Parts: sequence; C-alpha cells; structure tokens
Amino acid sequence: MRAVWRQWVLLPVVAVVAGLVAGALLILISGDNPLTAYGGMIEGAFGSSDALGRTLEKATPLILGGLAVAFAFKAGLFNIGGQGQLLLGAAFAAWAGFDLALPTVLHIPLALVVGGLAGAVFGAIAGLLKATRGTHEVITTIMLNFVAANLTDWLVSRDGPWKDPDSGAVARSPHVADSAALPRWGFLPVGFLVAVAVAAAVWWVVNRSVLGFEISTVGQNARAATYAGISVVRITVVAMAISAFLAGLGGAIQTQGVNGRFEPGFNSGLGFDGITIALLARTNALAVIPAALLIGAMDAGSTLMQSRTDVPPEIISVIQGFILFLVAAPSVVRWLLRLRQDIGVGTNVDLAAGWGAK
Amino acid sequence: MAATSTPTTPARSSRDDAVSRAASVLADNRAGVAIGIAVVVLALASYQWDGVQTTAITARTVREAAPLILAALCGLIGERSGVVNIGIEGQMLLGAYSGFMAASYSGSLLVGLVAAVGVAALAGLFLAWAAVALRMDQIIAGTVINIVGAGATSFFYVAGRTMPRFPQWSIPGLDDLPLVGRTLFNHGPLTYTAVLMVLVIHVALFHTRWGLRTRAVGEHPGAADTVGVRIQRLRYVNLTLAGGLSGLAGMALLQSAGAFDRGMTAGRGFIALAVMIFGRWRPTGVLGAALLFGLFNAVQAQLQFKQALDVPPQFFGMIPFILTIAVLAVAGVKARPPAAAGRPYDPE
Repeated sequence: MRAVWRQWVLLPVVAVVAGLVAGALLILISGDNPLTAYGGMIEGAFGSSDALGRTLEKATPLILGGLAVAFAFKAGLFNIGGQGQLLLGAAFAAWAGFDLALPTVLHIPLALVVGGLAGAVFGAIAGLLKATRGTHEVITTIMLNFVAANLTDWLVSRDGPWKDPDSGAVARSPHVADSAALPRWGFLPVGFLVAVAVAAAVWWVVNRSVLGFEISTVGQNARAATYAGISVVRITVVAMAISAFLAGLGGAIQTQGVNGRFEPGFNSGLGFDGITIALLARTNALAVIPAALLIGAMDAGSTLMQSRTDVPPEIISVIQGFILFLVAAPSVVRWLLRLRQDIGVGTNVDLAAGWGAK
Repeated sequence: MAATSTPTTPARSSRDDAVSRAASVLADNRAGVAIGIAVVVLALASYQWDGVQTTAITARTVREAAPLILAALCGLIGERSGVVNIGIEGQMLLGAYSGFMAASYSGSLLVGLVAAVGVAALAGLFLAWAAVALRMDQIIAGTVINIVGAGATSFFYVAGRTMPRFPQWSIPGLDDLPLVGRTLFNHGPLTYTAVLMVLVIHVALFHTRWGLRTRAVGEHPGAADTVGVRIQRLRYVNLTLAGGLSGLAGMALLQSAGAFDRGMTAGRGFIALAVMIFGRWRPTGVLGAALLFGLFNAVQAQLQFKQALDVPPQFFGMIPFILTIAVLAVAGVKARPPAAAGRPYDPE
C-alpha cells in the first residue's frame, strides 16, 4: 500500500512541484515575479466559470493525446506522431463537418470518427513500417508529423480543395455545420465528456479485453507473444492505428467543439504534451485525465499570466520537461526527499531497449 | 547481409593488398557507389544543360549536408558507445541559440562557437548522466532534452538581434574550377569542419585505442568490462564530446540562416538519425548519406524557388520527410545497429 502511494501520488506530486519551482527560477532569471506569474496562471485557469470551461477545453485534446501515447506504450511503441495525427483529425473532421448535411445525431459522431480515422491511417503506416521493415516508429512518426503539417496546410491553402471561399488570403476551412458542432452545457464542453468516456473505454480495452491482453503481451515480450500464437505484425499495426485514432479524435473534438473550423498551425506541441501526460499518469488511461487537467490548466492560465507579467507561455514546456524528467527518474525524487525506501520504477515503460539488435 | 570476408592469400605485395582492399570496400558499398556515380553523372549532364542552376544545386547540397553530417556524427558516437540519442534536435537548438546569443553580444563568432559547443556538450553530459547514473529510459531522456531545448530557446528568444556574418572561405586556385570549384571549395568554415570531422572520427573510431574501446562498449559492454574498459566513464566522455558535435551542427545551421529562429532545426535532428542509419553507423557512410539528403533538400528548394513545376509548395516541403521514411524503410532492413545501443549497462 505504501509503495502504491509513493508511486502513484508522491512521485507525480513531487515531480510537478519541483517542475513549478524550476519554472519559478526561470521566471526570476528573466526578471519577473514568479508569484504574480503563477497567481495569474491559477486565476486564468480556475478563477471563473469561463476560466474553468477553458481549462476543460484545453485538457480535452491533452487527454486524447495522453491516451494515444499511453496506449502505444502498452505495446512497447512510442508514438511521437500525436501532433500530426491531431492535425489530420482536425482537418478531416472539419471537412466532414462542413461538406456533409446530416442530422445532428449522425453528423457529430460521423465527423469525430472521420477525424479519428484520418489520424489512424498515419499511425497504421508507422506501425506497418515498424512491423515489416523494422523502421523505428520514433523516427517515422516524427517525419509523418512534418508530412501531416504540410498536407493539412495545403488542404486549406490558396490552391487547396478545402479552402474557405470567403476568407480571402487567410488559409482556413469553412465553418462546420451547426449539426456537426459539439455544444457546451453551461461552462462544460461536451467534448470533454467525450474524452472522459473514451478514457474509460481505453482503460477497459487495455485491462479487460483480449486485444488489450495481446497488446500487453507483445509490449512485454514480443518473442513470447509469437510463441503464444499472437501476430506481432498485426498487433503492432493495430496498436499504432488505435493510438493514432485517439490523437486524431482529439483534433476532431478541437475542430467541432472549440475552433469550429480548421486553421493550420493551431495547438502546436501537443504531441510532446501527450508524452509528459502519459508518463505522469504512469500509462494508466484513467490517470491520464487528472494529468491532462493539470497541463490543460497551465495552458489555459498562461494567457492571463502573460498579460500580467510578460512571461511567455513557452515556460510551460520547460516546466513540462522538468516534470517528465523527474517522473522518469525516481531516484532523483528519492534523493530530493531524502527517502530511504525505494520509490519504485518511474515509468514502467521500456522503449530504448528495442532500438538495438533484437 | 553483405559478405565481408575476402579470401586470404599468403604473401602478397602491399600494392596488391591495397588494390584488393579498395576493391572489397567498393564491393561492400555497392549501393552507395552506384548512387554516387549516378549523382555525379546526372550533375555533369545537368551542368551541360544549365550550368548556373546545376552549380547552385550542388553547392547548396554540400551546404545543406553540413549540419546533417555533424548531427549524425553526434548520434553515431552515442550509439557506438551504446547510448541512443534521440535528443539531437534539442541539443542543436540549444547549441544554435547559445552560439547566436554569445556571438550577438560579444560580436565574435569564435565566442559563439565556444558557447554553442559548450552548451550542447552539457546537454550531452545530461544525457549520459540520465542514461548511465539514473538508468533512465534513453528515449525518454532524449525527449526531455528535446522538450526543454525547444521550450527554453523559445522562452529566452529575443527578436531582432543580429550576429556577425560567417566568412566564406574560398580555396585559391581551386575555387574557380567549373562546377567543382563552387561546389566544394567555396564554403563557410563549418562546412569544412563537417568534412574534417568525418575524417577525424573515422580515424579515431577505427584506428585508435579509444575507438576500439568505444566500439567494444557499444557492441558487448560485458566483454569490454572484463578486459578493464571503464564503461560508464567512457560513455560520459563520449556523449559529452558528441554533444559538442551537435553544437557545431547548430552553428552550421546559423551559418546558413544568418540568425537564430525558434524551432530552426525543423526536424534535422531526427533526419540526422536517419542519415546515421543509412550511413550504417560509419562516418564515411554518414558523409555519403548526408550529401544525398542535402541533394534532396537542394533540389526541392531550387524547384520551389524557380517555381519550375506547378506544384504547391507544401508538396515540396514534404519531400525530405517522405524520402527519409522511404530510405529507412528500404535501407533499414539490412542495417544492424550496435548491439548494446539503448540498454543501460549493469555491472553485476
């Protein structure tokens, strides 16, 4: 019990606090008051029902980005392509949203699925290359990020097929139809509820389904999985496709629930946020929700922080880097707290070992 | 697998030996030699057709290759010592930023160079500490470098600063040869440095005691340990030195761009890993692979600049990335990384 408490509560909390302290030092160096900065951040994230709604909105794609990374981890795969998959999901959901005329009950889920599938295609490509050609997914997914960014840029650019005819020189898609838009109930964005439901579903698939068992088996020992009759190729492709589907779904919710259309270059860096969140949550699908809320709150509060103190929002990625480092290095946290007991493994993922000769 | 064994014949003159060695090197690198010949023939043919544009492309190829060579050598030393470095992108950004700011404030490129190499070497030291002492997953450790590198250089970014211009060194007598002169003998200092580093690291890796130890540590640390190689110390030293190379790569980016910009690496740290794999973890292979990637980029940029084809610019923008994936998918199957790359060494 104590060990569980240390791994699941103490380690993440210390990592977050230490990350914030490191961020405060940077803010001091750049000549601002960290208390004012963090005060602005907290008020901007939780200070009003508007702020709270914004935090939930920001947390939504982060939940799905975190789930995408966490799910791939289960198969021993590292999906850094969340950013590109999200862009594809956002662009294709926008297309399904503005180009089709359907009743709301069909239109909303259809556009969400179209967005998810667009991401899944890129994930499947990376999975297939990994399984059949041995091309490491870290490199392919990052390369595909650049491909996706260019492709979605083009789709809504001057010569692209999905350009809003009324936007002049601005590259963007038309607004999605009302029947495809995810509503807000009071301050509560419905997209957030979708993300929470998806997190629960992912938890079920990972922990209770045959597929989840096969994926974990491949992730832990591909040779044993082959011996047990599980096709490593199939599981690698399926796991990458599902992981990328989740990231694409995050983009679709962003389009249908927040932006209302696709505009290139929004929300850059989400792919990396997903890594921090997945590891902070120790790759547990349900724990992804609070981890994403934390990062989402920092994100939502950064605007007010910047207007009060001139601290640029990039401070968040530095804080996140520190958090990621500490979560992955429990021995440092142990040293910080002068703990004598072992704090347990940090991340329960093993990615780098698959890099060398098999 | 390409067969590397040559039949052993007793007592041959050293000249015969050199010839047969050269022949076996060529036989081992058939694909590379074929691509090289094809590129040279194409360049010569294209030069007859349009000299100015061809020279522009070949010169740009070499210029674009320089940061890739240096970054790929950084990855190569890491993996040869048994540590995967996915954080080259972040190291290059940190190096380029530090180099730019130091050069901008001091007015001296040399001060910038020292700052770039120093800061990037520190990032390499961090990777070694995380991988060796903390036994952190190496891919996550590299990702930390990437996140902090991108975040910190954006956080401290100052718009509107300038740095001194890099000199252009032309080699007298050689630089006005047709095609070859502009291509090879008229570049900034870091381009020459990149080529020099290929030679230095090739000799160091395959012809010195340090190189033998490094390769042993990357392939079979247990065996190296039993003969007294201090594995962990060697990994610290090598990753720090390799970090310095990524700092040089950052300076090479500044040499082309003239100023620091947020995210100016634009994926080159990852393309460098593809270059390293395509170059089969050898410095000379890295040189060839980086030139090939440089050529993709140069052709892409020239076509886009001239608007030679009626294709949207985004499609040109995708070319280097799609080619990276294609090259890895085709070449990766045969590639065999150093056996211990990615695994922390456990002395017990």
